[in-house]
Amino acid sequence: MISKEDVKHIAKLSRIELSDKEVKRFQKDLSSVLDYFEMLKEVDTEGVMPTFHSSENYFKENVVRQDRVESGDIADELINAASDKKERYIKVKSVFK
Amino acid sequence: MNGLTIKKINEGLRNKEFSAVELAKEYLERIKKEDKKINSFVTITEDLALKQAKEADKLISEKEDISFLTGVPMAVKDNILVKGEKCTCSSKILEDYTAPYDATVIKKIKGAVILGKTNLDEFAMGASTENSAFFTTKNPHDLKRVAGGSSGGSAAAVAADFCAAALGSDTGGSVRQPASFCGAVGLKPTYGAVSRYGLVAFASSLDQIGPITKNVEDAQILFDAIAGKDEKDSTSIDYEFLISNFEFRNLRIGVPKEYFVEGMDEGVKKIVKDAIKKAEDAGAKIEEISLPHTKYAIPVYYLIATSEASANLARYDGVKYGFSEPAGDLFETYLKSREKGFGMEVKRRIMLGTYALAAGYYDAFYLKAQKVRTLIKHDFEKAFEKTDVIFSPVAPTPAFKIGEKADNPLAMYLSDIYTASVNLAGLPAVSVPVGDFNGLPVGLQIIGKVFEENKILQIAKFCQK
Repeated sequence: MISKEDVKHIAKLSRIELSDKEVKRFQKDLSSVLDYFEMLKEVDTEGVMPTFHSSENYFKENVVRQDRVESGDIADELINAASDKKERYIKVKSVFK
Repeated sequence: MNGLTIKKINEGLRNKEFSAVELAKEYLERIKKEDKKINSFVTITEDLALKQAKEADKLISEKEDISFLTGVPMAVKDNILVKGEKCTCSSKILEDYTAPYDATVIKKIKGAVILGKTNLDEFAMGASTENSAFFTTKNPHDLKRVAGGSSGGSAAAVAADFCAAALGSDTGGSVRQPASFCGAVGLKPTYGAVSRYGLVAFASSLDQIGPITKNVEDAQILFDAIAGKDEKDSTSIDYEFLISNFEFRNLRIGVPKEYFVEGMDEGVKKIVKDAIKKAEDAGAKIEEISLPHTKYAIPVYYLIATSEASANLARYDGVKYGFSEPAGDLFETYLKSREKGFGMEVKRRIMLGTYALAAGYYDAFYLKAQKVRTLIKHDFEKAFEKTDVIFSPVAPTPAFKIGEKADNPLAMYLSDIYTASVNLAGLPAVSVPVGDFNGLPVGLQIIGKVFEENKILQIAKFCQK
């Protein structure tokens, strides 16, 4: 069983605020799922390479594209999607105190 | 105009039996009248549909040669961007978000008429649409039961004849399982066959967009339209799909022994076994195969999917777009916007993924899962040395009752047991309806080698009920 402190720490790393009730619920939920995941320990993976990407055989080198300007100017629309903005700037709360 | 397939609509439009506008109006009317009891649509895009239908009619009147999809009324899962329309992902955090551009698949189905955006489990995380922030989609075959998920809205819309065909997305079974539950055909293409540009990312190494249709022929038409390399998705692959030529009597079908074990519904077992028998009677050779790492597929899948999701969903910060809860400082804005914007399952998965990637757990959980993923992939490669395709169930049960598994995340996760390993290995698989059990449709899953979509669809055509 993971501790309440663990749950709160993970929630903070996840940038999600939790109520006390949710902390309790997630403690139970996460513990049961993580216990279930423990079964992977029994698999011998000595010398096995990880598969981060199932079709990696198709890619012998990095995929790049030309760095060129394309039409389809959607900058204003993208800025418009922000909840807080001024002119063509997105407003963000100060980062430094 | 009931039960029309893409093929029939194409013929009807070319023969001037009806116009695209008439067709669009008929479907829109039907949705408005009847979707109240199914809840398959989150947004009805009426203006867009009528505009596209008019363009389709213009095209038809100007020239004879139109594409298969011209004027075809379609539905699109609400995690695929359609320019100028809302894209909610069935989440509060994107409830008011409007897509600024079209996904590549939407550009590729140009000519089709988009009737609306369909319901899903929030951010495609679920197997029943019960995790939608808005409502649960009901199964048209039994309104007390789920339509499956996460593409439940798309599958239900096809089954209820609210559209001719639909697009869904499949990360661990999200096209195939709802197709099976609703009696539709659902194809999960090879990873890289279809561009993911404009699909809201859940687990990037697993996500693929796929068609949900009334029959196999339509799935092929829609797949042909959306497949292809796209500069905007660096993981998409340029592949020339050839016409599949094979004879049934030379076909070797593998049946994994690990897939027919405890927990499987007897009705599903019988229907799937009957479908296998039918293929055998047609001359195919049936061979029992072993996929020894099957039981690890669920933990591996959930570790990888949640890890990728925790990173992908970091973008919902209450600043750039989406729901924002004003708070004292930036950190508080993150905490509160995400607290109020995300539902329980999404929070649970972000936290699981964050845990699996955290210092101290990375090797034991995330890296371990990626290594076992290699073993799962090897299982398939080995099986395909002596078989051409694999037949299996899609899900252990037919559509379950609404609420039956809602409070037990682990039980819900286990319903992905036959589908998730296919995503982990990047293979194509199709779910095709092969029977009914107590009035509930049951699908057969046909898994192929990479890029053998045409072959599994050919076989599915033979198997479909």
